[in-house]
Amino acid sequence: MWAFLGSDVMFFGAFIATYLVYRGKSLNGPYPSEILNIPITSVSTFVLLMSSLAMVLGLHYVKEGQKNKGTLWILAVVVLGAVFMGFQFVEFREFAHEGLTPRTNLFGTTFFILTGIHGAHVTIGVIWMAFLAYGSHKGALRSDNALDLEIAGLYWHFVDIVWIVIFTVIYLISANDGPPAGIESILHG
Amino acid sequence: MTIKSLTLPQLFPRPKSSTGIWSWIGTVDHKRIGTLYGITAFIWFIVGGIEALLIRAQLASAENDLIDPETYNQLFTMHGTTMVFLVIMPLSAAFFNWLIPLQIGSRDVAFPRLNAVSFWIFLFGSLIINASWITGNAPNGGWFGYAPNSSTTFNPGMGMTYWVVGLNILGVASIAAGLNFIVTILNMRAPGMSMFKIPIFTWMTLITSILIVLAMPVLAVAGIQLQTDRVYGTLFFDSLGGGDPVMWQHIFWLFGHPEVYILILPAMGIVSEVLPTFARKPLFGYPFVVFAGAVIGFMGWFVWSHHMFTVGLGPAANTAFSISTMLIAVPTGVKIFNWLGTLWGGNIRLNTPMLFSISFIAMFTIGGLSGVMHASPPTDAQQQDTYFVVAHFHYVLVGGALLGIFSGIYFWWPKFTGWFLNEKLGIVNWALMLIGFNFTFAPMHWLGMDGMPRRIYTYAENMGWEGSNLAASIGGMILGLGILVFIINVFYSKMNKQIAGSDPWDGRTLEWSTTSPPPPHDFDVIPQVRYRDDFWFTKYPETISEYFHDDHDQAVPSGAQFDDHDHDPLVVSGGADDHDDDHGHGGIHLPDMSYYPFILAFGIAIFGIGFLTNTYIIGIGAPFFLWGLIGWSMEPVNDPE
Repeated sequence: MWAFLGSDVMFFGAFIATYLVYRGKSLNGPYPSEILNIPITSVSTFVLLMSSLAMVLGLHYVKEGQKNKGTLWILAVVVLGAVFMGFQFVEFREFAHEGLTPRTNLFGTTFFILTGIHGAHVTIGVIWMAFLAYGSHKGALRSDNALDLEIAGLYWHFVDIVWIVIFTVIYLISANDGPPAGIESILHG
Repeated sequence: MTIKSLTLPQLFPRPKSSTGIWSWIGTVDHKRIGTLYGITAFIWFIVGGIEALLIRAQLASAENDLIDPETYNQLFTMHGTTMVFLVIMPLSAAFFNWLIPLQIGSRDVAFPRLNAVSFWIFLFGSLIINASWITGNAPNGGWFGYAPNSSTTFNPGMGMTYWVVGLNILGVASIAAGLNFIVTILNMRAPGMSMFKIPIFTWMTLITSILIVLAMPVLAVAGIQLQTDRVYGTLFFDSLGGGDPVMWQHIFWLFGHPEVYILILPAMGIVSEVLPTFARKPLFGYPFVVFAGAVIGFMGWFVWSHHMFTVGLGPAANTAFSISTMLIAVPTGVKIFNWLGTLWGGNIRLNTPMLFSISFIAMFTIGGLSGVMHASPPTDAQQQDTYFVVAHFHYVLVGGALLGIFSGIYFWWPKFTGWFLNEKLGIVNWALMLIGFNFTFAPMHWLGMDGMPRRIYTYAENMGWEGSNLAASIGGMILGLGILVFIINVFYSKMNKQIAGSDPWDGRTLEWSTTSPPPPHDFDVIPQVRYRDDFWFTKYPETISEYFHDDHDQAVPSGAQFDDHDHDPLVVSGGADDHDDDHGHGGIHLPDMSYYPFILAFGIAIFGIGFLTNTYIIGIGAPFFLWGLIGWSMEPVNDPE
C-alpha cells in the first residue's frame, strides 16, 4: 500500500503542478476570486478531516475487538465521506450555474480535473469503507485481520492529506486570483 | 483457524482444470502469466518489426512513393509506441514474472490475482491501440504525442484518441505489475536471503518496478489531460485558452526519461546474470552494480529536460540538465566496467546467450557514448530531430535492451521449457541480428550528421543520402531475417527436442535448483539461503573460502553453519519454515485459479471503447468492472476444502 501511495503522490503531484503552472493564466472569467466560496469549503474540509478521526477510532475499536463500536465508527467514515462528496457535488453544480465549466478557461479545466480526480478517490474510499463496515457488522472483519482496515485507513488518510494540499493551493493561495496582469490591454488594446 | 468470510454467489464454478483455454484465462500462476506476456509481446514485436521494415522500404531510395505521408506518420508513431510499450516493457515483464519468484525462492508473486489482472489489462490495452489500424485511423503524432500537435485542433482524426486511451489502460497494467514485484521482492524472499544476497536481476527488477510505479502515473496525468482535451473539450493544451505548448513536453519527459531506464535496466539485469554464469566467476563488484542501478534509477528523474534543449528554457535550465545528463553516464559506465571485470580472467564459454550479452556491452557502449554527445546543448541543437538521435536510441534500445532480452531468452529457455534452443541456429540468429543491426543504424549517425531530419517520409535525390539509406534498409532486412531465424529455431528445436536438465549451464542462482520446467509450486522445499549465488556454493562448497575472506565466513566451510543465525539449520532438511500455511495443512498451498481478474480487465477494456465511441458504452463496462472487483474481493484465495 505504501508503494501504491507513492505512486499516487506522483499522480496528484503532476496534477497539482499543472494547476500551479496555469494559475493566474486564465484569459477569461470567472476567475477564482469571483467564484470560490471559502467558508463553505472550509466546512467540507472540516468534515473530511473529522472522517480521519473516525477512521482512527474505528481501527482502534476493531483491533480491541469491540465489534459494534468499530462498525459504528467505520460507518461514520462512510457518512462523513459521503457528506464531503455532497458538498463537492453542490459546489460543482453551483460553479456550472455561474458559468464555470471545464471548458470555460484554464482555471475551470485545472480546477475540475484536479478536484474531480480527488473526488473520485474519495468515492472509491467511501465504497471501500462501506464494504468494510458491512464486513465488520457481519463479523468478517475482526481484530485478527484488522490489517485490511489499516490498509484502507492508510488510503483514507492519504486522500485527506491530498485534500489539505489541494485546499491550500486552490482555495487559500489562489483566493484572490483575478485576471492576469495586463490581460485587458492585450485583449482590448 | 476458521475464517468466516463473505462470498458473492458464483455464476459459474471456479476454474479447476490445469489444461485448456479456461485454465489460461483463470490462471494465477506466475509462470503461465509470464508465458502469456512473452507470447503476446513477441506477436507485437513482429507487428512493430513489419512497421519498421515498411518505413525502411519507403526510405530505401530518394523520392520514393511507396507509402504516402499520412501512412508514414502512422507507421513511425505505431512503430515507436509498439516497440516501447507493447514489446520491450512486456518482454521484460515476462522475465520478471517467470524469474523473480524462482530467483528469490518463493512459490508465487505476492498478489497472484493482481498479476493476472495486469496481464489482461495489458492485452486489452494493446488491442485497443492496434484496433486503430482496422478502423483506418492509426495514431500519427509520434510515440511522444506532443500536444498541442496531438490535440483535436491540429489532429482532428481519431488516431491520437486511440493512442491516449490505450496508453492510459496500459499504464494501469504497468503500475499494478510494478507494485506486485516491489512487494514480492521485499516480502517473499526465501529464509536467509537478505537484500544483498538476492540475484542481480532481481535487484534490477526492483529498481525498474519502483521507476514504473513512480513514472507511469505521470504519463497517466499527461494522458488524462490530453484525453479530456480530446474527448470533453478541456483546455489543458489549448493555446487559444492560454494553455502552454511546453506543458506536455515537461510532463511527458518527466515520465519519458525514467521510462528509458525502465526499458534498459531489466536487460542490464539479464546480462549481469549471463556473464558470471559463462565466465564461471561471480559478478565483479556486485554492490557497485546494485548501487549504480539505484543511482541511475534516482538520477533518471533529473535529466528529462535534455529532451528539450532546443525548446528555449534558458541557459540556467539547459546547464543544469546538461550536467545531470553527463553525470548519469557515470553509473552506467561503472556497470560496463563491472561487466568487463566479470569477463576478465574468466573461464569463458562462448555460446549464444554469451554472444548476445557480449554484443550488448559493445553496442550499448556505442549508444551510451552518442548519448553523452547530446548532453551538450550546443551539440544537441545540431542533432535535435536528425537521424543521429534515431541512431543513438536504437543503439540503446535494440543494441542494448533487445540484445539483452534475446540473451535472456536463449539463457533461460531451457528453464522455461525443459529443452534447449538449437545452438547453431542460435549463432546464425545472433550473427544476422548483430550485422543487420549495425548495417541499419550505424549509417544513421552519418545521415544525422549530414542533417537528414527525422520523421520525413522522403528526401530529395541530390542530398547525397541515398547510399546510407539504402544500406540502412538492407540492414533492416538482415535484422528481420535474424528474427525469422529465431522463429525457425523455436519450431525446429521444438520438433527436435534436446532435453535440458535442471541446471544446463552450471548456473549460480536459485532458479537452476528446481526442475526444468519448474513444477507449479516451483520448489518442493523452500530453499535456505546462506550466500549470494547460493546454488553455486551448494554445488561447489570448496570455492566458498575463495570468495568469502572474513573470519566469520571462513568458519563456515561446508554449510555446517549459517551466517543468518535466526534460522535453525535443522529446518533445512525438515522443510520450509517460512510459510505458515505449510504448517497448518501439511502440504503446499497455491492460490486457486480465478476468473475475476479477466472480468475486471474486460470491464476496463469496455471503458476504453466507451471513451473512443460513445460515453454511454462506459455504462456497459461498469457492471463487468464492479462484478470483477467485488467478486474478487470476496473470493477467498483458496476455496475451503
